[in-house]
Amino acid sequence: MPVNKILKKRALIPGKTTELTLDAPEIARKAKPGNFVILRINESGERFPLTIADADAGAGTITIVYLVLGRSTAMLEALEQGDSILDLCGPLGQPTDIHKVGTVICVGGGTGIAAMHHIAKGHAQAGNRVVSVIGARSADLLLFEEELRKFSHEVLVATDDGSRGEKGFVTQILQKRLEEDPQIKEVVAVGPVPMMRAVAGVTRPFGVKTVVSLNSIMVDGIGMCGACRVRVDNNIRFACVDGPEFDAHQVDFDELMLRLGSYVTQEKESYKRYCECHESKN
Amino acid sequence: MNQKTKRLPRVSMPMQDAQLRRGNFSEVALGYTLEQARTEAGRCLQCKKAPCQLGCPVEVDCKQFIRHVAEGRLDEAYSVIKATNSLPAICGRVCPQEKQCELKCKLLPTGQPIAIGRLERFVADSYYAENPCDAVTGGDECRLLRDDLKVACVGSGPSSLTVAGYLAALGIPVTVFEALHEVGGVLVYGIPEFRLPKSIVRTEVEFLKRMGVEFKTNWVVGKTVGIRELMDEGYQAVFIGVGAGLPKFLGIPGESLLGVYSANEYLTRVNLMRGYRFPEVDTPVAAGRHVVVLGGGNVAMDAARTALRLNAEKVTIVYRRTKEEMPARLEELEHALEEGVVLENLAAPIAFNGDEHGRLISLTVQRMELGEPDDSGRRRPVPVKDAYFDIPTDLAVLGIGTGPNPVLLRETPELTLNKWAYIKADPETGETDIPMVFAGGDIVTGAATVVLAMGAGRKAAREIARRLGVEQ
Repeated sequence: MPVNKILKKRALIPGKTTELTLDAPEIARKAKPGNFVILRINESGERFPLTIADADAGAGTITIVYLVLGRSTAMLEALEQGDSILDLCGPLGQPTDIHKVGTVICVGGGTGIAAMHHIAKGHAQAGNRVVSVIGARSADLLLFEEELRKFSHEVLVATDDGSRGEKGFVTQILQKRLEEDPQIKEVVAVGPVPMMRAVAGVTRPFGVKTVVSLNSIMVDGIGMCGACRVRVDNNIRFACVDGPEFDAHQVDFDELMLRLGSYVTQEKESYKRYCECHESKN
Repeated sequence: MNQKTKRLPRVSMPMQDAQLRRGNFSEVALGYTLEQARTEAGRCLQCKKAPCQLGCPVEVDCKQFIRHVAEGRLDEAYSVIKATNSLPAICGRVCPQEKQCELKCKLLPTGQPIAIGRLERFVADSYYAENPCDAVTGGDECRLLRDDLKVACVGSGPSSLTVAGYLAALGIPVTVFEALHEVGGVLVYGIPEFRLPKSIVRTEVEFLKRMGVEFKTNWVVGKTVGIRELMDEGYQAVFIGVGAGLPKFLGIPGESLLGVYSANEYLTRVNLMRGYRFPEVDTPVAAGRHVVVLGGGNVAMDAARTALRLNAEKVTIVYRRTKEEMPARLEELEHALEEGVVLENLAAPIAFNGDEHGRLISLTVQRMELGEPDDSGRRRPVPVKDAYFDIPTDLAVLGIGTGPNPVLLRETPELTLNKWAYIKADPETGETDIPMVFAGGDIVTGAATVVLAMGAGRKAAREIARRLGVEQ
């Protein structure tokens, strides 16, 4: 059985966003850009999905990046190098549809930059001209800028407060590029739902193919339950087996937002209990 | 003697009281005592040609094991059962015996058939702590494993566990690949604790491990590894028993509202993830006050009874036909009604309605009436014109069936599918269109029963053993 040991733990944004390199040779061998894994930290833990941010088949490792947002990610954050994750299952989902098409703009927001990074790398390896556009509230919350520079032909940065790159949103940079450059063949966006919805809105008038990676709630991640169902072109699709990537111009983002809120109350309760328990032990 | 025993009623099974049990997840049926089991077994006529065995999809020699029970030889009874059934504690609990072995019982026409399922369960439960190899080889040692052979089972539900048990008993090393983190398939994520305690599944799996079966969890065949790769790695035969896990939705308005679940999701959250213990465990499950369950099969019964145990005030099962056409086991339906589940028959769902926050508030249904019989011989439900009404609900569970899961099928295009998109397999041997790749259970037949999946597994296992030269 794979032992899923944490080989390396790196704080990308201390206390908030962390990168883990895991020993998972079977998953690494098969992982392609766009794939994800399902994790379970301990016996009472829930199953939750995280995108594979990078994979090294030779070394037998995969990389995951998470934002500490609730109980499960806090439990993950409490693990150290050398610890193991109880259950790690993957690679799941359809890989990104990558072909040599010309210029591709890859847009990433927040923790989504990590997932976008793997997809952008795939596009670069396929011989596409990759323009990476990344955004965050401020400079200290940006991820993977250096890594993206290694293979991107351009890296453009936007911050809400202007502390790095352009002041404003990634959509403003995207809008400008689409107006100036008619050669853009495809846009990929990964990040918070409002960002992906805004990207879809920007590209729609240009008729440029736009792909988004959806982050719906999942349980099994293998098509058994339909918790992750999303509406695409008015059909029900399961993000875990039909996606997670879909044509951004056909996704019902309102419904996705609604369904992501299914368990807000329980999520808060669970996290609060964890934090209280954690504090009392210290 | 026969005339006298015929008139004795079957020994009733002790049960948890209906009012008490709807407040807990403990097993409802408590099982026979030794005395009760011997009395019940004593009713058996010991027919010359015992038709009960023919009614069993895995051909348990019912007459023999019942005779052993009647005479108090439980170990021998266990050996007889185990010779053809690798999961007796499970079958004794979840088989629809009234449609199988007990339907063939000669006592049925004039009285109550022998409670074969309850006796099987009693024997398996009594014999738990013993050595699993004993039943196979008559000793403490299982047969030496053949190091020149190995077989892979994909999925760890009833069909695969049967294949694994059968082959392991012949000394053939088997590796079972399971996508979830726990072994058992529908036995752990679908059937609730109050009908099949998880400890029983774990014990059966433990037996198989002691017989040399290896289990690999978190392996999604089709993703983590492919069928072709397994064969390249030296597995001489592969058995595909991945079930029919893809839930169907109705495609009616409002199906994405908060509060609408597939039965698979609802039951997985509760059973596999133990969501009923939230926040002690981390997986939340929505607890509805007015729950509506759509469908008339065992899955619908399980979902409805689960909702009661999660403190629903009212649980209504909505079904298009009448009570008589419900495919659920009679016993489960009766248990559900005793516990307070309400039936709304001859009603078909039209739309889910929500409030301004996207939360489910009601289900609109249309009244149906029975029309002419259809191809299956059942009278077809026909909508009554303009007869609509709303059922208030904050949690709806869809138990309307499942389809073939695409994960393995998409990655294995060489597999030929039948017209319902399930795997095409030889009905006699279970072999698919890929040589030495076998399939059985729900992925071949569509959603059926645990014991039918086991029967298919048994058939395939026998053929695999024959092809590998281990059995005639």
